[in-house]
Amino acid sequence: MSTNTYDAIVIGSGISGGWAAKELTEKGLKTIMLERGKNIEHITGYVSANKAPWEFEHRLTRSQQMLNDHPVLKRDYVLSEANLDYWVNEKESPYKEVKPFDWFRGYHVGGRSLMWGRQSYRWSDLDFEANARDGIAIDWPIRYKDIEPWYSHVEKFAGISGSKEGLPQLPDGEFLPAMEMNCVEKDVAARINTHYKDLRRMIIGRTANITVPHNNRTNCQYRNKCALGCPFGGYFSTQSSTLPAAMATGKLTLRPFSIVTKILYDKDTKKAKGVEVLDAETNQTYEYYAKVVFVCASTLNSAWVLMNSATDVWPEGLGSSSGELGHNLMDHHFKCGANGEAEGYDDKYYYGRRANGIYIPRFRNVFGDKRNYLRGFGYQGRASREGWSREIAEMNIGGEFKDALTEPGKWTMGVTAFGETLPYHENKALLDKDKKDKWGLPVLAIDAEIKDNEHKMRVDMMADAKEMLENGGLKNVTTFDSGYTFGAGIHEMGTARMGHDPKTSVLNSWNQVWDAQNVFVTDGACMASAGWQNPSLTYMALTARAVDHAVSELKKLNI
Amino acid sequence: MNRREAISRVALIMGGTIISAEYFLSGCKPAPVKVTELFDKQHIKFLDEVGDTILPATKTPGAKDVHIGSFMALMVRDCYNPENQQIFVNGVTQLNDGCKQKYNRDFLGCSLAQRTEFLTLLDKEQKEYTHNKKEEQPHHYFRMMKELTLLGYFTSEQGCTLALRYLPVPGKYDGSMPYKKGDKAWATA
Repeated sequence: MSTNTYDAIVIGSGISGGWAAKELTEKGLKTIMLERGKNIEHITGYVSANKAPWEFEHRLTRSQQMLNDHPVLKRDYVLSEANLDYWVNEKESPYKEVKPFDWFRGYHVGGRSLMWGRQSYRWSDLDFEANARDGIAIDWPIRYKDIEPWYSHVEKFAGISGSKEGLPQLPDGEFLPAMEMNCVEKDVAARINTHYKDLRRMIIGRTANITVPHNNRTNCQYRNKCALGCPFGGYFSTQSSTLPAAMATGKLTLRPFSIVTKILYDKDTKKAKGVEVLDAETNQTYEYYAKVVFVCASTLNSAWVLMNSATDVWPEGLGSSSGELGHNLMDHHFKCGANGEAEGYDDKYYYGRRANGIYIPRFRNVFGDKRNYLRGFGYQGRASREGWSREIAEMNIGGEFKDALTEPGKWTMGVTAFGETLPYHENKALLDKDKKDKWGLPVLAIDAEIKDNEHKMRVDMMADAKEMLENGGLKNVTTFDSGYTFGAGIHEMGTARMGHDPKTSVLNSWNQVWDAQNVFVTDGACMASAGWQNPSLTYMALTARAVDHAVSELKKLNI
Repeated sequence: MNRREAISRVALIMGGTIISAEYFLSGCKPAPVKVTELFDKQHIKFLDEVGDTILPATKTPGAKDVHIGSFMALMVRDCYNPENQQIFVNGVTQLNDGCKQKYNRDFLGCSLAQRTEFLTLLDKEQKEYTHNKKEEQPHHYFRMMKELTLLGYFTSEQGCTLALRYLPVPGKYDGSMPYKKGDKAWATA
C-alpha cells in the first residue's frame, strides 16, 4: 500500500476539521488532516499571548503598512498588531467582490478556532422547522432530536460554560458552571425579565471558555486575550482540544501547507478515491487516497474544493447537479443595537476580564409575536466602566485631568443584535474565470447582499435594544446602526446545503454529498438556514454525527 | 463577544479619511518640519514637553517619564496617513507660532504656567472644533497630540503599573467588587 493511503482524509483543521479528525481517529481510522497554511503549535506558537500592552510597538493600533497589506481585514476589528499572523495573507489569496463582502480567513492549523468568539448555542426546532414553516428555500432534513445527543457529545468534550434556563428557543446543554454577570448586568437582567414577564430574558453568555479544569486543560484565567491563543487552554480550539485528542490515538497525521486542489472522483465507483494536494511551499503536487473524505475547509473554501472537483462529469463541480453548490450563502447581519448608562453603582467595580458577556435570546416571531419580517435575532452585550480613553467634558489637560483618568468612569452597557439572514439562491460564491491566486488557482467571486427581510429586521434590532435597555433601568440610551457588510459576521454558511432531495440540495441528512457518498461536508457550508445563534457548536455536533454515520456505513460496506 | 467590541481605546486618528487638509495648511509657511525630523532631538524635546503639560507628573509619573515624544514621532511616522502627518507636523509650527504671538516666545521658552494656559485654550478650541466638524473635515492637530499622549502614557509600563492597576493573570472574576473613590482603574479591558 502506498504511504499516501489512509482510511480517512480531513480537509481543513478548524473547528469542524478538528472534530472530524478527533472522532475519526478515536473510532480507529488512520487519518490525515490537510491544512493549507502553516502550523501554529499549542502554547509555543502563541507568540503574543503573554505580552503586556507596552510590548506592542504601536500599542495595538494599526500602522499604515498593516492597512496597506490588509485591505479586507482592515475593515473590521480583526486586524490587530497582536495576532497579525493568524489571518490570511490577502495578497497571496485574493477573491473577487461582485458586491462588498468581508471574508476574514485564518489559513493555518486551527483555522478560526484560534480566534473565534466562542459563543456556543444550541438550535431548537424553531430553527430546524423554520424553512418548512415559512416556505423558504428547502426544509432541513433533520430535527432537534437528531442532533440533540451530538450537542451533548461535543459540549461534554469542548467544555461550554453556561446557565440552565429552560428556554424553549434555546435548549439547555451540558454546561460547566456559568460565568457571573456583573452587578449592573444582574440588575438590568432582573428588570428586563420582570418587565417582559420572561418572554424576553437576559442570561449570561454560553461560551467555550472552561470555568473549571476540564480534560487536562486549565480553567479560564479571565485575561480576555483569547484571540491570541490561550497558553492555559482556557477555551476550545483545535490546538487546545481536538488535535491533542486525535494525536493521542496515534492515528493522525497532520500535514500543513497542503492546499487541496480537488477531490479525486472515480466515475466507476461513483465515489471519491482521494484528493490532490498542492504543497504551498514547494508547489509540488501529491495525491492522497482514502475511503472517506471530510470536507471542512470552511463554508466558502469547502464549496471551492467541490467546484474544482469532478469537472469532467459535472462542469460546475462535484455536488453541483442540484444547481445549488455555491449558492444560498448566508451570514448573520449585525452591528446595530443600543448603549446606555447605569447610575448608582459608583461603589462597585469588577475584578478580572471576563471573555464573555450577556445574551438575550430571540423573542421576535415566537411566543405568538408576529412581525412584518420572518425569523429573528439575539443580542450580545455587556456592562463595564469606562477607562482612560473617555472624554471628560469639563476638563482639558493637566494633573487633575490625568488623575481623574486613572480612576474608572461611568458604568455603561451596550447590546448588539445578531440577526438571521435568509437563504437566497442568488447569494452565491462561484469560481472566477480570470483571477488567480499565488498558486495559479482560480479564486472565488462572491456575490451576496441582505434584502428586504433583513432590512426590516434591523429596524427592530435597533428599536428593541433601546426599549429593553430603558426598561432595564439604563439612562441616556442611544441607538446605533454602524452598517453591515455581508460576511462581517464571520458566520458564513450555506454553500452546500443539506436537504431531503438531491434535486434541490448538495448534501443528504448525514452531510454526504449526494453525488459521492463517501464525501462528507460538515462545516458551515451544510447549513440550510442560518438561525440567529452563533453557529459553531452546531458544526461540531453535525461533524461528530456525520463521522459516526460514516464509520458505521464503512463497516456495513455501504460506502 | 469580546471580539465584537469596537477597539475601545481612544477614537484614534489613524487611517481616517481626509478630503482636504487645506484648513490647517492655509496660513502656514511651507511645511518647515518633515515627519522624519520629528525624531530630531529638538522635536522630541518639544513633544515631550507638550505631552508632559497634558499629563504632568503628579503622585504618578508624567508623560515625559515614559518618553512620550519618541512615541508620538513613531506613531505619526508609522500609523498616520500622509494627510494626517502633514497636519501634525504643521501643528508643531502652529503651536509654536501661537505661543510666540501670545507670549513672545516659543513653547519651550514658555513657563509652565504659560504652557498650561496655552494648551488649555488649545484643547478647548480642539474640542469645540472636533464636536462640530463634519466627518470629512480634517482633524485638529492638538487632538492628535492629546490622543497620542493619552495612548502612549496609559499603555506604557509606568502608566499601566503606576497610574493604573495592571493585572496580567486575574485567575477569577468578581462582578461586584467594592470600589472607593481614588482606587485606580484596570490597565486593560
